[in-house]
Amino acid sequence: MTDVRTEEPRTVQGAPRIGESAPRPDGIPKVNGSFAFSSDLWHDRMLWGGTLRSPHPSARIRSIDIGPAVAVTGVHAVLTSADVPGSPTYGLEHADQPVLASDVVRYEGEPVAIVAADHPDAVRRALDAIVVDYEVTTPLVDPGLAESSDPIHPDGNLIRRIHLRHGNQEVVGDVVVEGTYEVGMQDQAFLGPESGLAVPAEDGGVELFIATQWLHADRDQVAACLGLEPGLVRLTLAGVGGAFGAREDLSLHAHLCLLALHTHRPVKMVYSREESFHGHVHRHPARMWYRHHADRAGNLVRVEARLLLDGGAYASSSGAVIANATCFAAGPYRVPSADIEGVVVRTNNPPCGAMRGFGSVQACIGHEAQMDRLAAALGMDPVELRLRNVLATGDRLPTGQVITGTAPVAEVLRTCVDHPSAASLSGDPMSLPGGAGRTADPAHVRRGEAVALGFKNLMFSEGFDDSSSAICRLEGGVATVTCACAEVGQGFVTLAQQITREVLGVEEVVLAPAATATVGSAGSTSASRQSWMSGGAVQAACEEVRVRLLTSVADDRGVDPDELVLVEGRVVSLSGDFEADLASVTAEAIEAEVEFRHAPTSPLDENGQGDAHVSFAFSAHRAIVDVDCDLGLVKVVELTTSQDVGRLLNPLQAIGQIEGGAAQGVGLAVMEEVLVLDGRIRNASFTDYLVPTALDMPPVEIAALIEQPEPGAPFGAKGIGEPPSISSTAAVVAAIRAATELNLTHVPVRPTDIALAGA
Amino acid sequence: MSAGPYVLRVNGNDHEVPDAHLGESLLWVLRERLGLPGSKNACEEGECGSCSVQVDGELVCSCLVLAAAAVGREVTTIEGLAPDGELADVQRAFVEAGAVQCGFCTPGLLMAVDTLLDDLPDGGDPDDLIVREAISGNLCRCTGYGRILEAVSIAADLRRGNRT
Repeated sequence: MTDVRTEEPRTVQGAPRIGESAPRPDGIPKVNGSFAFSSDLWHDRMLWGGTLRSPHPSARIRSIDIGPAVAVTGVHAVLTSADVPGSPTYGLEHADQPVLASDVVRYEGEPVAIVAADHPDAVRRALDAIVVDYEVTTPLVDPGLAESSDPIHPDGNLIRRIHLRHGNQEVVGDVVVEGTYEVGMQDQAFLGPESGLAVPAEDGGVELFIATQWLHADRDQVAACLGLEPGLVRLTLAGVGGAFGAREDLSLHAHLCLLALHTHRPVKMVYSREESFHGHVHRHPARMWYRHHADRAGNLVRVEARLLLDGGAYASSSGAVIANATCFAAGPYRVPSADIEGVVVRTNNPPCGAMRGFGSVQACIGHEAQMDRLAAALGMDPVELRLRNVLATGDRLPTGQVITGTAPVAEVLRTCVDHPSAASLSGDPMSLPGGAGRTADPAHVRRGEAVALGFKNLMFSEGFDDSSSAICRLEGGVATVTCACAEVGQGFVTLAQQITREVLGVEEVVLAPAATATVGSAGSTSASRQSWMSGGAVQAACEEVRVRLLTSVADDRGVDPDELVLVEGRVVSLSGDFEADLASVTAEAIEAEVEFRHAPTSPLDENGQGDAHVSFAFSAHRAIVDVDCDLGLVKVVELTTSQDVGRLLNPLQAIGQIEGGAAQGVGLAVMEEVLVLDGRIRNASFTDYLVPTALDMPPVEIAALIEQPEPGAPFGAKGIGEPPSISSTAAVVAAIRAATELNLTHVPVRPTDIALAGA
Repeated sequence: MSAGPYVLRVNGNDHEVPDAHLGESLLWVLRERLGLPGSKNACEEGECGSCSVQVDGELVCSCLVLAAAAVGREVTTIEGLAPDGELADVQRAFVEAGAVQCGFCTPGLLMAVDTLLDDLPDGGDPDDLIVREAISGNLCRCTGYGRILEAVSIAADLRRGNRT
């Protein structure tokens, strides 16, 4: 299966292959405005849908009167929980979230009723006309009180607890440092709002065109809610305007299908930005306590940690997020003894789930702050301390798992810190903290620099049966690849073409639409897994086609198939006495479908021990910041990074992931927080929830992309999407600490944390 | 309040807009009435720039402009940036530089960069801070802006005729 090529990528004539910066096949439609995102869809006789949401974070529903809404001109349907024919609840790991609330609402913005009408204005009027009689109850908003409070859900308030114990529990270090840290709720803030189009089908089923990360998981959940066989619910990927974890859960999927089946009309729904903030899960806020023990030489001897994540009202993927946070709580370091408790609880806050980095982001903020604190206590250079403790192949994680793959952690850190900085002190006030406000006095600006290391698992963990399917069809010299992998912007479509060209030597590679009806599941576009999983599936399907083609040609010609190779659209014999055009030998189509799996993993036992993960990727960031300590404003001046990539499949796309992930990390460090007060989101707009602009983002210098091919990975490549958003936040926050000499424990660092610290 | 039919001139063509409400935004009319969904709907309050179009050559958020206010003016959208089947310099540069990932911000950014390059003095080399400020009204969540800045540099060269 594995085909690790370590030689330099060769320059090929024509279409680019593996290792080259192939252009995106969807690039031109995306620049000329013709690419159809899910919000651009249109259908003859189409209705518009809308959602009535709870204004309360916690309330009992006494009654719902839809009568006045039904009477609104142009309204075709007003549906409540009573109209859900199948399972009343859904969920990624546990079906604990109502399609529409029936008796209780558990978070502000929870869907209560849905409407279809002939115009969005009629939808709005109808939503306003629905009368819901709520008995408002006191919301549970403090995750620290969740376990001791009355359950707010039949499944209880504890979503998952993992108590990891590793090594000798009696060890105490010569030097011990303790710290508590808080991470705020981050929004994925993809730009393309939740949207889709459902079209009723003649067979009683429904077609759903939707922006998502995992078509087949959506299909199964929607079908259960509709009470239909999965085959009657057919999902096709519509253009996805970013995802970053926020499209792993259902949002409007089931609502659209219910409305379409009820009205027998196509129905389109598009969330507003405010609704989007309520309509998808966020990154979990975290409270973390750490105690690190080291000997006097700086060797880590024990890490203790208590991590509490706020899961919000419904479970989503919280169970897997807390597993990551717990397993990786100590960072990419050798830790012979550990006691780490990870807990995720249910509250009446907005539901939390997947976001890029998935549990590792919060943990990294904690473990890297602790490493700096330990270095200070030891009087050691923070880089030296890290290098002394970094993981390498053959080392054990605190889960007991031995790292068998590549782990160039020291290389990643060394190359990052050794890279010369291009940052100079700018005289332009626009480049100072406060930017266009021109508030900074350059004489008061202080500069800080720091590094951070981070890591994360690739693919799903804990024994999950993870697979991806792909079909390759070669006919007339043209390869058609069918795979349900959700292209969300990351560039899988580019890689699929590169892989196909690499294996089959073809020029033209057609990508069929990603859909549930034509191919098996590709799994989720998350966990940095699609290059490995769907890349592996495409490679294997193409490989099977290649072998069958060469066998057939060899049979015809009476030669050994091993004597034949595919080169630039031709079948060529190594001896040179035979050559045929690929188009002519594939007049009759050759097709193969492959279901690809990674090596199996194991669940964690009662002590959090087990070979739960497939592979790991590591990154380092160095941040340089300028801080206006009077006003508490921060300008991130420069980020430098090195990353463990296994093997580069497409350098340009890799840079895009590395720069883009760093931007989300910078955002979490200095500006991004969903402010939730008494269970209510106070900043559900791009006016009030700030994400980095081009003026906020520093240049991202890539010091090194470490290419050590990963055994077992197709082409040796590791996923690269998540590490950039893991160590970047920790590095920026550490640099702000270095500049201010303040013990900053809340992330994002708010201006008041700095400006009022000395007051 | 309903208006009589009015005419919008978009990408060089006159479009009659019948039965429209006077309160409709230019973005809505472009997307839902004129079949031009290239301008995007990410925040609809003027913060993200995804809906950016040019009105008489000036960059505006079409979500904040009433369609009726654009009557008698020349509206250019992403669909009109280059003749059918061709790519404008900025479009070519974005593809070449890897400035496109999910692509939702792309049409708005292209309109912003096109406006920036139009407004630069002839032969001027766009300063990094000027470019960053010019595109700071356009949010991109995928790229971190690095490849977009590279694309602006390529597009500026193309427009000055320094490369082909």
